[in-house]
Amino acid sequence: MAKLPKPEELLQINYNPPPTEDWMDRPVELKQGNFCWGAKGKNLAAVEFPNARDWTPVEADWKLPKDWEGTVLEAMADRLSKYRSFKVFMDICVRCGACADKCHFFIGGGDPKNMPVLRAELMRSVYRKYFTTAGKYLGKLAGARELDLNVLKEWWYYFYQCTECRRCSVFCPYGIDTAEITLMAREFTNLLGLNTDWISGPVANCYMKGNHLGLEPHAIMNSIEGMIDDIETITGIRINPSFNRKGAEILFVTPSGDLFADPGTFTAMGYMMLFHELGIDYTWSTYASEGGNFGFFTSNEMAKRLNAKIYAEAKRLGVKYIIGGECGHMWRVLNQYMDTWNGPADFMEVPKSPITGTVFDNAASTKMIHVTEFTADLIKNNKIKLDPSRNDDLVITYHDSCNTARGMGLLEEPRYIINSVCNKFHEMPDNTIRERTFCCGSGTGLNASENMEIRMRGGYPRANAVKFVRDKHGVNMLANICAIDRATLSASMDYWVPGVRVTGVHELVANALIMTGEKERETNLRGEPLPGKGGNE
Amino acid sequence: MATMDFQGKSIEVDDDGYLLNLDDWSKELADHLASLDGVTLTPAHWEVINFLRDYYKQYQIAPMIKILVKEIGKAMGPEKGNTKYLYELYPGGPAKQACKYAGLPKPTGCV
Repeated sequence: MAKLPKPEELLQINYNPPPTEDWMDRPVELKQGNFCWGAKGKNLAAVEFPNARDWTPVEADWKLPKDWEGTVLEAMADRLSKYRSFKVFMDICVRCGACADKCHFFIGGGDPKNMPVLRAELMRSVYRKYFTTAGKYLGKLAGARELDLNVLKEWWYYFYQCTECRRCSVFCPYGIDTAEITLMAREFTNLLGLNTDWISGPVANCYMKGNHLGLEPHAIMNSIEGMIDDIETITGIRINPSFNRKGAEILFVTPSGDLFADPGTFTAMGYMMLFHELGIDYTWSTYASEGGNFGFFTSNEMAKRLNAKIYAEAKRLGVKYIIGGECGHMWRVLNQYMDTWNGPADFMEVPKSPITGTVFDNAASTKMIHVTEFTADLIKNNKIKLDPSRNDDLVITYHDSCNTARGMGLLEEPRYIINSVCNKFHEMPDNTIRERTFCCGSGTGLNASENMEIRMRGGYPRANAVKFVRDKHGVNMLANICAIDRATLSASMDYWVPGVRVTGVHELVANALIMTGEKERETNLRGEPLPGKGGNE
Repeated sequence: MATMDFQGKSIEVDDDGYLLNLDDWSKELADHLASLDGVTLTPAHWEVINFLRDYYKQYQIAPMIKILVKEIGKAMGPEKGNTKYLYELYPGGPAKQACKYAGLPKPTGCV
């Protein structure tokens, strides 16, 4: 595995493209530390993906199927006719360059092919050759080129260096959404069996066992029981969540990372403590045990198949609606795709808080609300008792996850909650938050360990903004509402901004939450001493 | 896919050197895998490896560090049930390094 350079080495970035050479003439070079391992055949076979076999990106022979060019071009024609967005984005770019310096990978790496305009051009050039008259006859003069093995390898390298965060689209005067182009590139490469191990493993797990990590029902229950023990140690209160319970009012679905990886587990403890205190009639499911959807990084069809189990389980259990946990791309899928893929979910009711009576009309169709919407409403209606001083050792800033911010406009609720449960909160600079937020650098299944260099490069702009508030305000905790963030930002903070830790919002909520009958708390959810030992004094 | 020669047998490993087939594992192979990293396995190392294998047998997944620390503490006392002790034993990370010697797949963490 490639050794990760030191931060000061990584920051020697050259933003000047090589002189005179045309970008098309520059063959792709797969640099160690910047790409993920190839998929294993057994994981591709498990979901009946094409060309299932083991493959290794650094080897010259990618073991491609016969007439792979035909397969790609046929799929391209199909998607161009099916998705109007794709067609439009292939045609309309005027190369104004507004997007060029907005991508975290370009900022952190300086590779011109990571400028969104050029990333898209990698595909547009092929589109022109086969789908436009000018490109067909004028070739390179019209910016067109043939699809060959080098082009395919270039696609693979750079479209698996895009996290579909959509920051560039915010700045594009046409609103060209590079994520839509990357989604298509991933579909095409997937048709040739060119998936990565880090994506195809979780997809196979999720398909067979219900979640990305491959947690079987008894592993899920064992993990949650461990959390319950910890909650009892901290609060003196024993809580009893239920699993796969028919007739529950609410189904709760969260990313499996919350069940099996720190600091996500503290967030999961937070959900359970809050629901217990309110007496919410909810159930976990060991079948629909994954909110996230790595299928979304392979093909729309696979994403749809994995997503289907959420509504299926809601129907089987007869719940009234669904609450979803803190996750990023999970919400892009739930908010923008689930209803058309697997809906209408008219066997459920429009979500209505059993505590405040608030009706969440925004989820009238999907029947699924985000847990921060639910909790912000509780606080707004004064339904929970909070002692923010328990979080006084923390100086907090908030990272908007790309997908919840740009994919569903969830900007105020998390901030409202944080400001209600903590006393010390500082925003990062305006051009790095809300709809202009920077990606964590490792979304869309790039959070493996063999590609650490590109992850740290992509994570640099976000980390740099955190460093700014750390130096200015003493920020020591980075809050977010995404399981991938909780894992990936921990790594990029350790690398770029040591001393800043990472937390989910509901961990902060549960620390501040005064529960009925609790003992005087000595520690926070991580088992660390509380500042001034908490209480209401 | 990479392979590794051991005792006249070709053993399949992944790109990071983790065994692909749990059944290929033996105590001798664990010693061999450790020796490739310049590590000699002591009884203290074996306590962790044995726990990992038992856990994997039961749950088909490697435990997260928190569970490993808790369970080792329960079984072997608080002086061993802490992160510091486990990282001293396995500087490459108790999950990643110990799982490799135990013949388990590479731990994925959060996906």
